Amino acid sequence: MRREIPLAITFLVGMFMLVDFFVPHTRVSAVGEEMKQWGTIVIAASILLGIGNLIRVHSKKIARRNTGWGYSIVCLTVMSVMLWFGLWPGERLGPSPLVGTIAQGSYFNWMYMYMDVPLQSTMFSLLAFFIASAAYRAFRLRSPEASLLLIAAIIVMLGRVPLGQLMTKGLPEKATLPWLTEAIMTYPNMAAFRGILIGAALGVMATGLRIILGIERSYLGGEK
Amino acid sequence: MAQFDLRNVDRRVIFTLIFVAVAWPLIQPMRLPMDVTPPVQQLYDSVEAVPPGSIVMLAGDYSPDTMPELQPMVVAFVRHAFRRDLRIVTTSLWADSPPLIEAAMTPLAEEFGKSYGTDFVNLGYMAGGTVTLLGMGASIPNTFPQDYHQTPVRDIPLMREVENFDDIALVMNISSGTPGTREWVQQVQSRYRVRLASGTTAVAAPPFYPYVQSGQLVGLLGGLKGAAEYEGLVGATGDATRGMDAQSIVHALIVFFILLGNVVYLMERRARPTGAARPARAPEVSP
Repeated sequence: MRREIPLAITFLVGMFMLVDFFVPHTRVSAVGEEMKQWGTIVIAASILLGIGNLIRVHSKKIARRNTGWGYSIVCLTVMSVMLWFGLWPGERLGPSPLVGTIAQGSYFNWMYMYMDVPLQSTMFSLLAFFIASAAYRAFRLRSPEASLLLIAAIIVMLGRVPLGQLMTKGLPEKATLPWLTEAIMTYPNMAAFRGILIGAALGVMATGLRIILGIERSYLGGEK
Repeated sequence: MAQFDLRNVDRRVIFTLIFVAVAWPLIQPMRLPMDVTPPVQQLYDSVEAVPPGSIVMLAGDYSPDTMPELQPMVVAFVRHAFRRDLRIVTTSLWADSPPLIEAAMTPLAEEFGKSYGTDFVNLGYMAGGTVTLLGMGASIPNTFPQDYHQTPVRDIPLMREVENFDDIALVMNISSGTPGTREWVQQVQSRYRVRLASGTTAVAAPPFYPYVQSGQLVGLLGGLKGAAEYEGLVGATGDATRGMDAQSIVHALIVFFILLGNVVYLMERRARPTGAARPARAPEVSP
């Protein structure tokens, strides 16, 4: 029964959502809307599970003094501080609007805007340095396919910036880098991505049907 | 005298050059000319076509790491919408986005004399991804019962005019991943026939070109260049326009590195005697 009940729920819910899509009757829509609200609640609840799991994993790491356990302390401390400033009921601390709110001007917002935002931006900006280094060392004309990729990459990289426009200024329009870039994006790129999209959509449909019909059961865990 | 070995350029040299290439144009702007590409023009025209007083939705699904590319899009869109007297409802499927949207909107609201609750509202974040999108199709107030400031949505004057996507003239999705533009196209545009536009990072833009051609997206801003073009159309130079000089130089520098690396590679290959064993490869890319 541990497997049959979840399979039956999946089948009933999956089939109902299909019916909801195709049948515009108010009663069907009303039930469908209710079920979507449940879905949102279930997914929101999974965030709590995620927090619980984070605490469990890092607590274990600290208790066992695993490599990098110091970072786990930082992680849990920062998470606790952010949670406290975001969730603590402000009324208990008097009229201060700085705690227990995430609005602009609150401590939570200040920490987010002036600590989290710069940290995340810094991490992402390192990508420019890595890409430059990797491009120099790895982007080689090793085969005809690689050569094609390299030529397309150079055209698009230059065609997507004003410098590329300036470099080919005065040439016939169809020889300018921006025009070539737009052509690459609009024809070969679009054709390839359309193929990928159609393939992926068919795959999603097939997987969805397999799950609804109980053929695909890996999401239940333990069994392939 | 020690020779400079082009095969094994110290990565710190590359990093330093990149740093200079980014910093120098920001300190000393070059103001390079820039044309507008069709997807950006389409987006601008679509916003222009929305009648004044209509309600548009700004769906921000991004995080701080992509702010340099995406925040200028948010600013330019909000400026464009306010200038045309459009009212804005913002939502987010990413927990990181609402404060970023708020930070972009607040100064613009002051500049244009717009009031929270009547001219714009920030509904904040709701978990659920595609399920949330489908819920919004049925009822936006039920899906977002409170706004970002914990005010009941039904008490907000602007939200009394909004029940579902039928009341939204255009949705502008600013997206840097999943859930994002793909989900908006698949779950909302295709089902509720909403006029949808998108702004994404440059690296995420190519997969969305088919949606532009099919008309499922009425416009697309791709990366900093798209944002800069849009800023140009809106008539307000912003961070994207300023950043384009830096991006120009960095792209040129990376192309130079690629060409240099290949020249060295081809020279090495030509110098190798026929049938000789390949030399041991330099340590693999460890940027």
